Amino acid sequence: MSEEKEKKIVQKIEEKFKKDLDRRKFLKQSAAAALGLAASGFLGGLALPKVVRAANETGPIKIGVLHSLSGTMAISEVSLRDVVLMAVEEINAAGGVLGRKLEPVVVDPASNWDLFAEKAKGLLLQDKVSVVFGCWTSVSRKSVLPVFEKNNGLLFYPVQYEGEECSRNVFYTGAAVNQQAVPAVDYLMSRDGGGYKKFYLLGTDYVYPRTTNKILRAMLLAKGVPAKNIEEEYTPFHHQDYQTIVQKVKAFSRGGGACVISTINGDSNVPFYKEFSNQGLTSGDVPIMAFSVAEDELRGMDTSALVGHLAAWNYYQSVNTPQNKKFVAAFKAYCEKNKLPGGKDRVTDDPIEAAYFGVHLWKQAVEKAKTTDVDAVRKAAYGQEFLAPGGTVKLDERNHHTHKPVLIGEIRKDGQIDTIWKSKGLVKPEPWSEYTNPEKGCDWVDHEGTFKKA
Amino acid sequence: MRVPSKKHKYGSITATLLALILLLPILTANGGSSVPSPAFGKDAGEGMPAGLGQSIRNMGDEDEALQEAAIVDLGTSGDANILPALEALQSGSLYRWVDPRDEHRIVIARDPVDRNGEQSYPLLSPYGAKPILDEKGQAVFEREGAIEAIRIGRRLRIAIAPWLDRLRLFSPSANLRESAATKVGLYGAPEALPQLDRALLTENDRWVRTALNEAIGLIQLVDDSPALRKKAAEKLGTIHALNALPTLEERIKSYETGEAPEQDIAVIEAIRGAIQKIEAWTVWTRTVETIFSGISLSSILLLVALGLAITFGLMGVINMAHGELMMLGAYTTYMTQEIFVGILPENLRDLYFPLAIPLAFVVAAAFGLVLEKSIIRRLYGRPLETLLATWGVSLILQQGVRHIFGAANVDVASPAWLRGGLRLATGIQFPYNRLFIILLSLVSVFGVYLLVLRSPIGLKIRAVTQNREMSACMGITTQRVDAWTFALGSGLAGMAGAALTLIGNIGPDLGQSYIVDSFLVVVTGGVGKLAGTVGAAFGIGGLNKLLEPGLGAIYAKVLILLIVILFLQGKPSGLFPAKGRNVDM
Repeated sequence: MSEEKEKKIVQKIEEKFKKDLDRRKFLKQSAAAALGLAASGFLGGLALPKVVRAANETGPIKIGVLHSLSGTMAISEVSLRDVVLMAVEEINAAGGVLGRKLEPVVVDPASNWDLFAEKAKGLLLQDKVSVVFGCWTSVSRKSVLPVFEKNNGLLFYPVQYEGEECSRNVFYTGAAVNQQAVPAVDYLMSRDGGGYKKFYLLGTDYVYPRTTNKILRAMLLAKGVPAKNIEEEYTPFHHQDYQTIVQKVKAFSRGGGACVISTINGDSNVPFYKEFSNQGLTSGDVPIMAFSVAEDELRGMDTSALVGHLAAWNYYQSVNTPQNKKFVAAFKAYCEKNKLPGGKDRVTDDPIEAAYFGVHLWKQAVEKAKTTDVDAVRKAAYGQEFLAPGGTVKLDERNHHTHKPVLIGEIRKDGQIDTIWKSKGLVKPEPWSEYTNPEKGCDWVDHEGTFKKA
Repeated sequence: MRVPSKKHKYGSITATLLALILLLPILTANGGSSVPSPAFGKDAGEGMPAGLGQSIRNMGDEDEALQEAAIVDLGTSGDANILPALEALQSGSLYRWVDPRDEHRIVIARDPVDRNGEQSYPLLSPYGAKPILDEKGQAVFEREGAIEAIRIGRRLRIAIAPWLDRLRLFSPSANLRESAATKVGLYGAPEALPQLDRALLTENDRWVRTALNEAIGLIQLVDDSPALRKKAAEKLGTIHALNALPTLEERIKSYETGEAPEQDIAVIEAIRGAIQKIEAWTVWTRTVETIFSGISLSSILLLVALGLAITFGLMGVINMAHGELMMLGAYTTYMTQEIFVGILPENLRDLYFPLAIPLAFVVAAAFGLVLEKSIIRRLYGRPLETLLATWGVSLILQQGVRHIFGAANVDVASPAWLRGGLRLATGIQFPYNRLFIILLSLVSVFGVYLLVLRSPIGLKIRAVTQNREMSACMGITTQRVDAWTFALGSGLAGMAGAALTLIGNIGPDLGQSYIVDSFLVVVTGGVGKLAGTVGAAFGIGGLNKLLEPGLGAIYAKVLILLIVILFLQGKPSGLFPAKGRNVDM
């Protein structure tokens, strides 16, 4: 064998080896890409680089999305993740914020309250996000609160809640009790609403129903409803058997003038409403006013037993404004485009709207402050107004809550809700109820949060 | 009401179902309130009594006093054909309209339809709500701008309400009539008496009659004549008028404090008697209701535990995926419904349910068979590994269903004949869906009893579970018996899942809500004993419902768990412990 030949063979082997190496590299890369794709498909169509980059003033602005994507709360919270990402996409398409793109970091706290705190810490310290949009249940919010306060983070919380909180690091875009429960009961007591005199307060046993009902009871007593006309009862999570309770409601409603105020949560609603109608009670005789049943939850329900019952929120998909029509269509299109479960059959509801305009309020505040610095943004956010799908909303000048309209609605057969009563203008949020804590106020301008009224 | 004869073909379960349906009283049709529209000429006011025309026109007047007088006039007429107009006035769907002949008219316009790309309202006459026709006999449509809505203030809206209820006394829907009668009674307006009397004359529905009598009694309670008041009070007692109780108590109280409108001692005595009667009746209905809910909860527990009583009780397999087999059954029901909705006309769709139950059984049984052959078979005698493996299977199943159907719950509409309830007496109503589940669980238990204790197959099953080696020696293919027994238990779980769609949610974690209860029942009853499972189900269910009215749902559940723990401390092997030499198997 000549030397030349030998050389050629060596060359060939080397080439082949190189090719092999390339192919391997390629395989590896494509596998990684496939994995990434799969993962991104799972996370809603966005590939999320896990690389930690130092926050600087020119790169994309990182924002955290902290909603449960698995576990029991996934049923409600996934939609909030979707709408936040949609808002981010809109903002990026329009040029971003301060000329910088937004880069969402989506994490899954898996309906686990401890994990919420852990993930929040990760978002603030590791990913160094400028703001976090997240949480649904009060217990998850309570569990991340210390994390945000200690690290001076910023959380936009989009769900109606029981109040009695006034954190420097949270903006509450959902309703306080005086923007949902109190006006709803006021309405039921009014002649327009039917002049009801007896109130059955029924809820799932956790902090939101307990606190809300405490406030409602104080309010009813203050308005002269005798204590014997107020009944209060709680059921465990996932309670299924409502026979006894419905029998009690039946006995309670004898003689007329009775209604049910329901803070029943999640999967207990269907058994409750079914039992209610099967035992012969109707929305005409004894209406149920619910604070935790919105369009997104009605999606998976046989609504026949719910028709005609009432709900109280600050927004419904059926709200007739041009910007809402656009918003609903955009959300459906977004879900369809990204092949999210439900696709174009998805619906919007109050927390979805609140999560959506939360992103925009934050954007406006950043633009006003010209920086993403939390303290500057916070001050810039006070008094920000935004034309939300349901109409203009405004962040309060002092108390970190949102001025919103109150809408009483009636549930329709198709799971949508018709507005039957609307508050005049926006209702000012009161985190501390005038009925249970008349001496307390919330103010971050002249006071340090919660203060004692003089 | 469906015609039951169409359902023969779905086998034995359907037959029992049939029996149930036949027992149910025929539901009264729940139609709208408008009068059927006969062929008629141009003027839709045909058949309208003279004098009403002016009142109808006055409803659209600018002067509120005139409007109110018109409402009173129309209401007093007691003419059921005027109801749609008053309802429309209250809900804001009554309009002023200038017809092509330049005449000012009042019309009803309810739901707009899309015509040539424009939202138009079909116009209805205020008397009888019949379509208004033009010269050619075509229905008239108008766009929104061409008709002017009659807006009324709160005062008028409230003024209309009692009249609406009085007119609804003659509505075609029995439910509406009953609820109207109750309300008229609670308003207590003496002017309504003639209408109530007239309604009573023609009323055939038992419950509406009771409501009418109650209303009459309530109104006569304030009559001028003491004799009539006394009679009214006595009548209210006799018919157990539950809605009258607060009013009656008020009377007694005001008599005792001396500020009373009622001072006649004889009347007061009659009222006291009536209150006693009604209260006694309340106690009785409460007892019946508690017993019924106890039975109902027990039957649900029994149904969900029955499959487990076989797989865990007889075979000793700790199947953590039992709940997910129920979930499969529920989703099978959902799929069946979806297919029926896709291919059948609307009036036949409710047939999905009788078919879904056996289908759910088959699907879950097939899945159980696969599960046994692939996993459980390899783990006999290793309970801990079985527990872990089946728990894994349950997670896989949940996530799989979440993947296919989404995390949100799906919607299974109960068939129309299982909605509502069977009314036995004033204040007692048994929901049909619960009656059905009670029946289904009894049938299932009886079926399992026949199969396991009275058939050759059951003999083999019992032989294998009691002494595997000996059975094998006797020529029984023990593996096959294992597989089919497990499939039977799984199938029962699937069937329970189908029944659960009647009362609860259908979601990926449906099984989780029931798995603890099922084990609780089987363990308390005594592993391996069918009678024990039945006894435990009724014990736990009954006790729960006995405690719940007093303690509330949360503490009742806590107390039940405590009782069960204490019970198992005393009798570790349950209500009916297995006896014999192979007890510790």
